[in-house]
Amino acid sequence: MSDMTEIVKRISGVNPRKCMKCGKCSGACPAYDEMDYHPHQFVDMVENGRLEELMNSRGIYMCLSCFACLERCPRSVEPSKLIEAVRLAVVRQQGKNHLNPEQIPELLDEELPQQAITSAFRKYRK
Amino acid sequence: MQKIGVFVCWCGSNIAATVDVQAVSDALAKEPGVVFSTNYQYMCSQAGQDMIQEKIREFGLTGVVVCSCSPRMHETTFRKTCEKAGLNPYMVEIANIREQCSWIHKDKETGTEKAIILGRAAIAKVQLNAPLTAGQSPVVKRALVIGGGIAGIQTALDIADAGFPVDIVETKPTIGGKMTQIDKTFPTLDCAACILTPKMVDAAQNENINILSYSEVEAVKGFVGNFSVTIRRKARFVDETKCTGCGLCTEKCPQKKVPNEFNLGLDNRRAIYIPFAQAVPKVATIDPNYCTMLKTGKCGVCSKVCTAGAIDYQQKDELIEREYGAIVAATGFNPISMDKFDEFAYSQSPDVVTSLEFERLMNAAGPTGGTLLRPSDGTHPHTLVFVQCVGSRCDGGEKGKPYCSKICCMYTAKHAMLTREKYPDTDVYVFYIDVRTPGKNFDEFYRRAVEEYGVHYIKGMVGKVVPENGKLKVQASDLLGGQQLHIDADMVVLAAAIEPDKSARPLATMLTASMDTNDFFTEAHPKLRPVESPTAGVFLSGACQGPKDIPETVAQAGAAASKVIGLLVKDHLTCNPCVASSNEMMCNGCSACEKVCPYGAITYIDKDFRGPNRTTLRRRVAQVNPAVCQGCGACTVACPSGAMDLKGFSNAQIMAEVDAICK
Repeated sequence: MSDMTEIVKRISGVNPRKCMKCGKCSGACPAYDEMDYHPHQFVDMVENGRLEELMNSRGIYMCLSCFACLERCPRSVEPSKLIEAVRLAVVRQQGKNHLNPEQIPELLDEELPQQAITSAFRKYRK
Repeated sequence: MQKIGVFVCWCGSNIAATVDVQAVSDALAKEPGVVFSTNYQYMCSQAGQDMIQEKIREFGLTGVVVCSCSPRMHETTFRKTCEKAGLNPYMVEIANIREQCSWIHKDKETGTEKAIILGRAAIAKVQLNAPLTAGQSPVVKRALVIGGGIAGIQTALDIADAGFPVDIVETKPTIGGKMTQIDKTFPTLDCAACILTPKMVDAAQNENINILSYSEVEAVKGFVGNFSVTIRRKARFVDETKCTGCGLCTEKCPQKKVPNEFNLGLDNRRAIYIPFAQAVPKVATIDPNYCTMLKTGKCGVCSKVCTAGAIDYQQKDELIEREYGAIVAATGFNPISMDKFDEFAYSQSPDVVTSLEFERLMNAAGPTGGTLLRPSDGTHPHTLVFVQCVGSRCDGGEKGKPYCSKICCMYTAKHAMLTREKYPDTDVYVFYIDVRTPGKNFDEFYRRAVEEYGVHYIKGMVGKVVPENGKLKVQASDLLGGQQLHIDADMVVLAAAIEPDKSARPLATMLTASMDTNDFFTEAHPKLRPVESPTAGVFLSGACQGPKDIPETVAQAGAAASKVIGLLVKDHLTCNPCVASSNEMMCNGCSACEKVCPYGAITYIDKDFRGPNRTTLRRRVAQVNPAVCQGCGACTVACPSGAMDLKGFSNAQIMAEVDAICK
């Protein structure tokens, strides 16, 4: 699993050690109550190599990719990037795709940020 | 030819472990002019110094080369040693074979080779050294304190107490600074005004202190002991000598809609104003941005009501120039702007305030007369949320500050405690990342807020604040409770980070004092010289050096004053004899040196020279004022004709060193 931790850090470009555990991400998160693990815990779990638990958690699919945590993080840790990387790590495993590419166009909305569309690709199974 | 002695130091094993000291002293003994060469375990010890003195006498040495640590470490030591043995101290050269050799090389062979080369270069330089005598410059026995907050006032009082005259330059119409806006002070909860205003009065009445309020430093010239400072006395359109401070004009002025900066814009003042009742000097000031008379020429009410005839609409800014021996920077701090933290809805609701605004709302002289009322509707708030670290400890620069602002934990505990004490019907929440309360009686104070006053301290951070139906919907994390909190608050108070005053950066440029990336003044040594700037004669007091509370500021102010006094008691300062001088026969009068000189030490004169056939040639040549020159060498590099030379570091000496290294 430690390899996976390195992969998640590399994909996200996030250094979880910069986190000072202020909890502003979890204070800002609109999906907090839906999650089993919360944004500040994501960061802590990646830092401590608890990636298997995180990859099996439902919470990573509850993230709306609204980027509130990324925007407000005072330490530039940007938890939403980390969550996206964890989701990506899951999809990279065989048979874990949640959505077919053909289904994407009808779901598109011009106003949506690109990363939200990409995360939707990894989150939803219709 | 000089008679040179070479002394190679082992520095215990610091040098000897990587450099073959015996080989170095043997090799250098063969250099031209060297009559004696040895090595010793600790050259800086008393025995080592005695040996140098003994050999100077025994061999009649005219030059000494010590191969040891950096000259920053022991050059002064060895110069003094040689001076006691009758040698001119400037005939001593240090070859740095520790920092520049043994500490950076691992291989003994290369280390030894380099040590020999460095020693050879020093010997080549000593061959051309000439005895130099240090001159003296007088000390102007007056100090300038820039900034009239508690730091500046305390520094000025302590300097004045020692009998030296001090000028305080304050940009605002009154001295007192931030402390005048603070309600109570932690951890004793005594009223800030009650302990500050007597000091302001002391400063005003002290015959050694001259307060230049509503003034700014415009230019600084000179050097330690002899600064020449231009001060702009801004036009206040009121004659300070005539105004009695009766305040009648401030009541009659028809322009009532001027945001009152003393109350941080929470109420209004008139266009002519006295910032607050205990202002020093208690003199009215006209705000030219709002005064109808100054803008349109129609009004003149204040002039009509003034019985002292103090109003003068024609007053102009005045520039004065004064001499000082020492300058103290005490420019203080400001809370940062909340523009970039709109998740807390500061710009959307008047009920979201900064902590300094909260001080005014709690203060008896504030806009609400000391009753805590919501700025939006004047009602009594029941639920208050305090947010700490707003803009402090931020990574990434643009949004906030990377440092801890240091004072917020304590003043937030104070605010929470005072609120609960005065209004027991309130619910008070404090969201913290860490509670940092080191300091005498500080942690006890914070614990009292929790244990006796029932303030809810929550480890977590507010994520967003949304104004809705007259309430502030606060969404926050409670990390220890493992939940997200939703609080309907009546007021939100933001502990904004503090930053140095905007005037500090241009002032540092004028003083040639260094600053860090956050615009705090840098101290000469972070531990051992905390109140001195690396620039001689410039001292630091208060929050301009770093975030500080009042007790620390007062302590530092006293320390800066004692350093100033130590300088001003001297009648003369010994000058550095290594100054530039110009060879008039080579100077072509181009002014290149004058332009690069950072100290203004170079002037040009027209001088008559004898030409061929009994003619006289008048030429423009450079002249260096040795008392002002600091020996930086910029002019010697700029001079295209090679006329400028630095004593002790002449072009010939530097070239001889280079030649010796390249041999």
